[in-house]
Amino acid sequence: MNTRVSLFVTCIVDQVFPQVGIAITEVLERLGYQVHFPKAQTCCGQPAFNSGYSDEARKIARHFLEVFRDSETIIVPSGSCTSMIVHHFADLFEHEPKLLAEAHALEPRVWEFSRFLLEVAQVEDVGARFDGVVTYHDSCHALRELHIHSGPRKLLAKVRGLTFAEMGAAEECCGFGGTFSIKFPEVSGAMARTKIDSIQKTGASTVVSIDSSCLMQLQGVIDRAGLPIRTMHLAEVLASQ
Amino acid sequence: MTARDQIFGDIRKALKRAAGEPPLFEVAPLAAPALRIPQMDRNLYADLFVQKFESLGGTSFRVRNTSAVVPAIAELLVQKHAVASNSPFLRKCGVTGLVQVHAGFTDRDQLKEACAAADIGITSVDYALAATGSFVMLSSPNEARLISLLPPAHIAIVPRSRLLANLDELLSILPRPADQTSSMVLITGPSRTADIEQILVRGVHGPGEIYAVVVDEE
Amino acid sequence: MNAPEADIQQAIDDPRLQLAIYTATGRLIDHRANVVSAEALPHYQDLRSEAHAIKKHTIENLDYYLEQLESNVIAHGGKVVYCRTGQEAADFVLDLAKKRGVHMLVKSKSMTSEEIHFNERLEEHQLEAVETDLGEYILQLAHQRPYHIVAPALHLTRYDVADVFTKELGVENEVVIEKQTKIARNVLRRKFLDAGIGVSGANFLIADSGAIVVVENEGNARLSTSVPKIHIAIAGIEKAIPRAQDLAVFLNLLGRSATGQPLTVYTSFLSGPRRENEIDGPDEFYLLLLDNGRTKLLADPVKRQSLYCIRCGACLNHCPVYRKIGGHNYPWVYSGPIGAIITPQFHGVTSDTWLPFASSLCGACAEVCPVKIEIPKVLLKLREEVTEARRKSDSDGLERFAFQLFAWIATHPKIYLLLASLGSIFFPLTPKIGPLKKWASQRTLPEPAKQSFHQWWAARRPKS
Repeated sequence: MNTRVSLFVTCIVDQVFPQVGIAITEVLERLGYQVHFPKAQTCCGQPAFNSGYSDEARKIARHFLEVFRDSETIIVPSGSCTSMIVHHFADLFEHEPKLLAEAHALEPRVWEFSRFLLEVAQVEDVGARFDGVVTYHDSCHALRELHIHSGPRKLLAKVRGLTFAEMGAAEECCGFGGTFSIKFPEVSGAMARTKIDSIQKTGASTVVSIDSSCLMQLQGVIDRAGLPIRTMHLAEVLASQ
Repeated sequence: MTARDQIFGDIRKALKRAAGEPPLFEVAPLAAPALRIPQMDRNLYADLFVQKFESLGGTSFRVRNTSAVVPAIAELLVQKHAVASNSPFLRKCGVTGLVQVHAGFTDRDQLKEACAAADIGITSVDYALAATGSFVMLSSPNEARLISLLPPAHIAIVPRSRLLANLDELLSILPRPADQTSSMVLITGPSRTADIEQILVRGVHGPGEIYAVVVDEE
Repeated sequence: MNAPEADIQQAIDDPRLQLAIYTATGRLIDHRANVVSAEALPHYQDLRSEAHAIKKHTIENLDYYLEQLESNVIAHGGKVVYCRTGQEAADFVLDLAKKRGVHMLVKSKSMTSEEIHFNERLEEHQLEAVETDLGEYILQLAHQRPYHIVAPALHLTRYDVADVFTKELGVENEVVIEKQTKIARNVLRRKFLDAGIGVSGANFLIADSGAIVVVENEGNARLSTSVPKIHIAIAGIEKAIPRAQDLAVFLNLLGRSATGQPLTVYTSFLSGPRRENEIDGPDEFYLLLLDNGRTKLLADPVKRQSLYCIRCGACLNHCPVYRKIGGHNYPWVYSGPIGAIITPQFHGVTSDTWLPFASSLCGACAEVCPVKIEIPKVLLKLREEVTEARRKSDSDGLERFAFQLFAWIATHPKIYLLLASLGSIFFPLTPKIGPLKKWASQRTLPEPAKQSFHQWWAARRPKS
């Protein structure tokens, strides 16, 4: 088995939730992988792309291609960033054949973390332990663009001590949407509150997702409401022992 | 420039097509229509039809032959005033002979008046669709449009042989309904609305009570 | 031009409205799910692909199919009238009504007619146009526009309806829904029987048959198209499909996607005035083919998908933004995701620049669209166009600067690391100070981590 993997940690994890990156590193090393972290990495360009700034997004994407050119396997702790890379880089480089070819060549090498565990590492049980009632939020890009749904649930099912409670309308958007939450904060907040209602109905004290942006959105509104709910990235749960 | 000229000009400019140019096929010709007719024993069509029809709120009767039709619907006609279509099948079933039933209309205005005043409209059907519990009615000298529409109740006498599996089968035997009639209507359940607070109400404009009499032997 | 912030906030803060929207759309979501599940409709995904392919082909060859449609309508005794604008459509109807001495017409539900303010234009010239669909009738009396493509009066309660009827019809205040429906039925029955013209929309225009297809549940469309001596159908040019047999695909998708019904109560396939030997039906049939800007959407292959829409409303029901802000906060008659993509295309991207951004790009709409319109992709394209327009007009400079700055930082790793070590790099990202305040009003702000992952890695590992 090829044990060397590269980690694209994503700008939000790097700056706001480094514990997610640390957790992923721990899990991968526990499974026998050698984690490589290309230090020149920054961002995938999604915020610029989603706001209509294609030129800026292109620059950032070009940098990404350079940084990860020699990486055979790239692991990403985010559905939305993975989707940006594997689906939208091709849109950005539509008119640049060389970079388009690079983007296409990159696609099969990029793995959202949970999918990597299940399909490449081929493990469901990573030896984790986490006590408590946990529910799962399907982040939009992961669900609809990467078709990730049962995978994280399989991984959570194997965590010792964890009681899983499926929430109603798990596939409803949390309301982050990047700059959407800044341009339409009242709608974004209302969407988050609806989501939190669903979470509360499960009795869970922890809500898990594979996207830190969703978790950030939810935690912000949870804290404002003073609720005893904690958000955690799947990697953090899988790293717990 | 006429409106027609301008619109076609704008369309062709946007699509980069020339007048009279045949349609472009990207990969292959437009695929043949995908018609999906379930593999089902035809003898079961009537059972399925009745099940679906009743789940929509219709009331159904199954009768052996044409002479059993009138007894089946007799109670529905008590103290009621009905208009029936000119369908020969209805005549055969003895429906048009009943005293409360007025049939034989050929004048549009007279028909309209009669239907507006009637309690019940009685028709045959051209086809019925088992999968959805639908009547299929083509406007013709035998079947006027308003009989199944204006009165608050509608009784359809359905010959079992006219049952088809579903809409796809209908379209396979009738690929161009416009060749035969100005109006083909599929009736799937009683008239209804949920426009106010999503609460279901039957009989808004069309008939709120519908009945199907499925006749095994014609 | 700007988002109706106050109205949006009001909609969100109205618990009764929120409950009404959520329950109504929730019901439609569940009904649809029941009938498109793998058990109920095993070919659902195939049907979607087929529908997309047929629409794509038709739109790409629209002139060909419109010509075919026209010649078949004429062959069956009808007439086709091309209308560049809503005014041309209204003028035709007014002219015909005058010629035939018609003072009142009945109308069945047609979003296209709402789009062109059809009723208002007629009423300006004393031609009474009576809405006959229950929801639309109530709205007509209340002088409101539809809240939803398929459930127009979704936002009203029975008490609202009672008040409208009392005020406009002079009847006693009646709050029982069944009785309200009876009131409407009785008033409208008279209208159907007396009207000189019946106007309908069309869900589909069948090119090989010269026919229109109208689907409904109440029976008012059948009545409007069968009782009056003249039938006028108004339809956008994009409604064309090639063959009657293509209905096997579209009719198996439309009802299911809209209301969870395998077929709506009435599906009418109408081609022209009554045939010679038919007893009833109209004597005259006119098909008004409306452009009103649709040709503007044809040029771009991605945005052109917007014309595939069959107006089922599923995207509205599943849209978390629609479900919060409601139909009246969209600037045009078409609301929800479909409204968000066609409004800027019809009115110009600079008319309501906020609209393409009023989405979290969750993709729920695209997932349920029966004709597989890539709505998020079109939204992204429109965002790019808005941004480009702003660049040209030199507005929104602060936001542009922020993204340019971020792009520069993100392509210069040493700078990125330096800034990171000084604090968070996120704050230069925020477009303006104002929005950050509003963003903060909804939530407790996240804090930049004391040590970034980069720093943790560097500290933990020897240079590798």
